[in-house]
Amino acid sequence: MGDYRIIEHPIIDFKRGRKVSFTYNGKRVEAYEGESILAGLYAAGFRVFATSPQGDRLRGAFCMIGRCSSCLSRVNGIPNTRICIEPVRDGLIVETQKGLPDIPKDSREIVDVVEEIKDVDVLIIGAGPAGSKAAEILGGYGLRVLVATDHFKAGGQLVKQTHKFFGDTTYYGGVRGFKIAEKLVSNLSRNPNVEISTRTFVYGCFKEGFFGAEKIGDPSLHLLIRAKYVIVASGASEKSLLFENNDLPGIMGAGGAQTLMNEYGVKPGEDALVIGSGNVGLIVAYQLLQAGVRVHGIAEVLREIGGWFVHAAKIRRHGVPIFTGHTIVRAEGGDRVEKAVISQVGKDLKPLPGTEKEFNVDLVLLAVGLQPNYSLLSQMGALMKYLPEAGGLIPLRTRYMETSIRNVFVAGDLSGIEEATTAFIEGEIAAYTILEREGFAKAVEERDRILNYLWNEYRQSPVVQRSKEAKLKVTVSEEEMKRLRG
Amino acid sequence: MGFKETGVLTLEEMMRAGLMPSEERLRKGPVALLECPEQIPCNICVSACPFKSISMDKIYDLPRLDENKCVGCGVCVAKCPGLAIFVVDVSKGDKAYITLPYEFLPRPSKGAKVKLLDREGKIVGEGVIVKAWEYEKTWVVTVEVEKNLWFDVRAIRIEGR
Repeated sequence: MGDYRIIEHPIIDFKRGRKVSFTYNGKRVEAYEGESILAGLYAAGFRVFATSPQGDRLRGAFCMIGRCSSCLSRVNGIPNTRICIEPVRDGLIVETQKGLPDIPKDSREIVDVVEEIKDVDVLIIGAGPAGSKAAEILGGYGLRVLVATDHFKAGGQLVKQTHKFFGDTTYYGGVRGFKIAEKLVSNLSRNPNVEISTRTFVYGCFKEGFFGAEKIGDPSLHLLIRAKYVIVASGASEKSLLFENNDLPGIMGAGGAQTLMNEYGVKPGEDALVIGSGNVGLIVAYQLLQAGVRVHGIAEVLREIGGWFVHAAKIRRHGVPIFTGHTIVRAEGGDRVEKAVISQVGKDLKPLPGTEKEFNVDLVLLAVGLQPNYSLLSQMGALMKYLPEAGGLIPLRTRYMETSIRNVFVAGDLSGIEEATTAFIEGEIAAYTILEREGFAKAVEERDRILNYLWNEYRQSPVVQRSKEAKLKVTVSEEEMKRLRG
Repeated sequence: MGFKETGVLTLEEMMRAGLMPSEERLRKGPVALLECPEQIPCNICVSACPFKSISMDKIYDLPRLDENKCVGCGVCVAKCPGLAIFVVDVSKGDKAYITLPYEFLPRPSKGAKVKLLDREGKIVGEGVIVKAWEYEKTWVVTVEVEKNLWFDVRAIRIEGR
């Protein structure tokens, strides 16, 4: 087994932490502090991390951000640990699970969990662009803010974006995504009113007004959080696609590969095929090239390229073909994908027999859309609407980003899949609405200026009409929301 | 088939979008080609230009180049998030000079021989780097190419990796 870490990269200087070592199924593995267990294992050459619950299908990495459950493993005796968001430490004992795990009996980590009650002004769930931006504003006005993220690092998915952002310099246009994350997180950590709680999973809301959260650490805590206001900015998860052998290790979400190569500096494969030509698919193809991966092409089921022309042009001029009117029909391989087969589609978007093209690839990246992480809002009883064009179930909200639950707000991809600029803006709108309720007179002015920019300028761009239309379908008037609340 | 199907912009499409500088201006010396034919919400090039030669009213407008103000300095090449701006100079003898963004390894250096790629990644010739500078990890590379390739060359490959 080699070391698949990227040493030299045209954009990113990988700063690796102290060397640590742990065991994986009894074998000693070395990794660097700051890596997740899965990133460390991937760098060491492991590609299979679990099996299906029945134990008959192999599971590789897929989402890399603690959402998809394809890497559930036993860590120091604790089963069902998502090793993609579990930081490596010296001396960990990591084991693969075959199928469903046994209830742990004498784990050395099972102790009485300490409970802690926290009172804050605002609880923000999610530390990506929407949550971080909201926290920055609210903390700046002196409100006590708790930002909870289940990852061990804040910044959400900005940390794996290596391209310079589009838009306006007000919203970090021209700055690379991971640099924006560094800036935002450093601003937050310098603000005494803001606490970022990492490895903290907010699992539900109780009648008495408390949010329950598990904070994993040393020691692990059970938090009961009481907040006057809540902003749920929990983002979205990558979708899979139906085709034969779509679960072979090496078939992963485009974002999963971004996490590996751009956050941890681990090469996800040697030869790749990308499915889906939206901006995510186009951008990941370019980033694969930068990481030294050969990109054999992008398959796009529609007749037109889905993403922005400028992203497409960047990969086309480096020789990456875009097969419009094509979809993936199957993958082949043993314990890893070795071949992918795409086919032309007819007018009904169904594969046309006899038009197959084969690619010898060890990586198939799915860039076929995102599903908002709505489960907490759903548990709380927020009203939702099913909008496939915005990613699935989307919470209803007012134009001030307030959900059907008074003083509970939504922002970012959870409010309908869009992109980082609008996530920043929605976080701002929610924050200023909270500030208005707290009696800051200037907040209304700020909010209305931002709302005007969002709806009357930014979202007037022809290329964002689809997401704008979708957002309009889940945005209701104050009066309508009052009526819905009953 | 248009650029939305191919990912490749043609001269006709550039002209139709009003993005081509005049022939007269091209003959005068280096000038920016803003290969940005879609109304995306982005205005980074406007504030990037030290000569205020790029303008737009709304953030989603196509960029407009004032070809008399543009001196072909290439600052916009470095700053455009879409890597969609090139500077071409067809004013000198039988060679053309193309300034393009480059974000790959190995890093460019003056005098290096490079493979010249067109908008589809096809190798259309060899050229020499005559100038290279870097801004926030984007290299701005000027290559000397055969004059007839002035509208074709849009990327380079540096051998040795």
